[in-house]
Amino acid sequence: MIAIDVQGLHKSFGGVEAVRGLDFHVEEGEVVAVLGPNGAGKTTTVEILEGYLERDSGHVSVLGVDPAKGGDDFRQRIGIVLQECGITAYLKVGEVLTMHAGFYRRPRRVDEVIALVGLEEKAGSRIKSLSGGQRRRLDLALGLIGDPELLFLDEPTTGFDPTARRQAWEVVRNLGRLGKTILLTTHYMDEAQALADRVMVVTAGRIVAEGPPDSIGGRAHADAQIRFLLPAGVSITDLPLTASPEAAGMVLVSTAEPTGALHHLTGWALDAGHKLDLLTVTKPSLEDIYIALTATTDDEREKV
Amino acid sequence: MSALSGVGQRLRWEQKMYWRNPAAAAFTFAFPLMFLVIFTAINGNGHVTIAGGKVRFAQYYVPAIIAFGLISACYTNLAFSLSVNREDGVLKRLRGTPLSPVTYLSGLVANVIVISLILTALTTALGLIFYRVTFPGRYLGLVVAIAAGAFCFSALGVAVSTFIPNEDAAPAIVNFILFPVLFISGTFGTIKSSSGIAKVASVFPVRHLIELLVAVFNPKISGGTGISWADVGMLLLWGAIGIVVSLHRFRWEPRRP
Repeated sequence: MIAIDVQGLHKSFGGVEAVRGLDFHVEEGEVVAVLGPNGAGKTTTVEILEGYLERDSGHVSVLGVDPAKGGDDFRQRIGIVLQECGITAYLKVGEVLTMHAGFYRRPRRVDEVIALVGLEEKAGSRIKSLSGGQRRRLDLALGLIGDPELLFLDEPTTGFDPTARRQAWEVVRNLGRLGKTILLTTHYMDEAQALADRVMVVTAGRIVAEGPPDSIGGRAHADAQIRFLLPAGVSITDLPLTASPEAAGMVLVSTAEPTGALHHLTGWALDAGHKLDLLTVTKPSLEDIYIALTATTDDEREKV
Repeated sequence: MSALSGVGQRLRWEQKMYWRNPAAAAFTFAFPLMFLVIFTAINGNGHVTIAGGKVRFAQYYVPAIIAFGLISACYTNLAFSLSVNREDGVLKRLRGTPLSPVTYLSGLVANVIVISLILTALTTALGLIFYRVTFPGRYLGLVVAIAAGAFCFSALGVAVSTFIPNEDAAPAIVNFILFPVLFISGTFGTIKSSSGIAKVASVFPVRHLIELLVAVFNPKISGGTGISWADVGMLLLWGAIGIVVSLHRFRWEPRRP
């Protein structure tokens, strides 16, 4: 079953094209991350799927419904965690959740949801007294209270400290295990890597790459990267392999054959009596791929 | 969830939130009651002429303050809270849930009606006990006046909220519209109905609500409801204008930067 189906989606604001022809789908039970810089059109896309914004053109189906005409029945089935959004003032955490539970036909239990996001000690506190991270966890709880089939998370951990992020990730992972469909936007690579079955990279209103986080953008087949500190008194041209200089005296060797290259390099170093300080072998990170992908499109855009 | 129990539930939450914001609650209640005390202290022994003859100032002023309280409770409260909640994103969040807009707005209006009724009861009680005001038992008239007033000023509160660009502008806009009209409508002292000011004021709804309530309390005329249906008509007309403007302009989301 397909939970979200988008074809040829376009949206402009006052002549500026925010979304320029998106095509994608999300399977039921899938956790998909939309990755992209600010202004890429992530939030616009998500708000069209949530039914907040009307599209200019294209086909959109969410849980088999056109969100622009979805109405209250559609909203029974989705959970929305927006970016920076106010919470009814003057209520306590448990009260806000109880109030929201009243909007749904089959809500989850309030205490269960509070435990799920780790706000047990704050259940009886006023919203005003919550820290930023606690507020965000309450946002998440409010998205979950209706026991949605599909959850939208718009930059769910922006502003979290590292511990709070790990906790929030754990919550999202558990939801994924329960078979919930989740569409999340983020500009943190590690978040996409940690949570998503599939990543879509969006820049300037278009999808530039799509795939599982481990293989997106040719990551699985990309060259290995060997880095080390250039030994003292050695010039980069003295090295037995083609290398390029990096910051702080480091050099980089990119190779599709890391085993042979390392053998060659370490053999040369042993013979010449050089230490290879800070030696590492890595695959390009998701961040490297992401920066490469978004940089290319920037260049293309400038050419236009 | 039937529509009515949905509104009842909303009313309970709105009431809870309202009384937990003591500053706003105090403002709504303190203002009219303070005016009542101050202006009757200043004009206590004076007499004013209304339909049917001369009455003591308080006999005019208590119903005028009931009108003012109702306007604060409905118009001012709704214009403030809707614009603040819209700019804070509270409305946007609610829009993303299955709560129906009609239920939500009905709950808000039910809440301000409850506040109006409490204020009306308080003002009347103060008038009867401390200022020897007479209430000639025109309960039907009172209900009609309060209902028409609540309808009119709730609709106008929602309509005005749509013109408020941000939270900081809310007090200025709400009061800048309200206070001149309050003054020319005779909220703080009678204005002769033959005067030019009264003619201008009679274009707006405030004077009509005051006249309705003064007539309901008028001891110099006997029987009936005291209600002038022309006044009721003007309130309904302004309420309808408020609804049309609201339907046309209402937004759930803050302005995009």
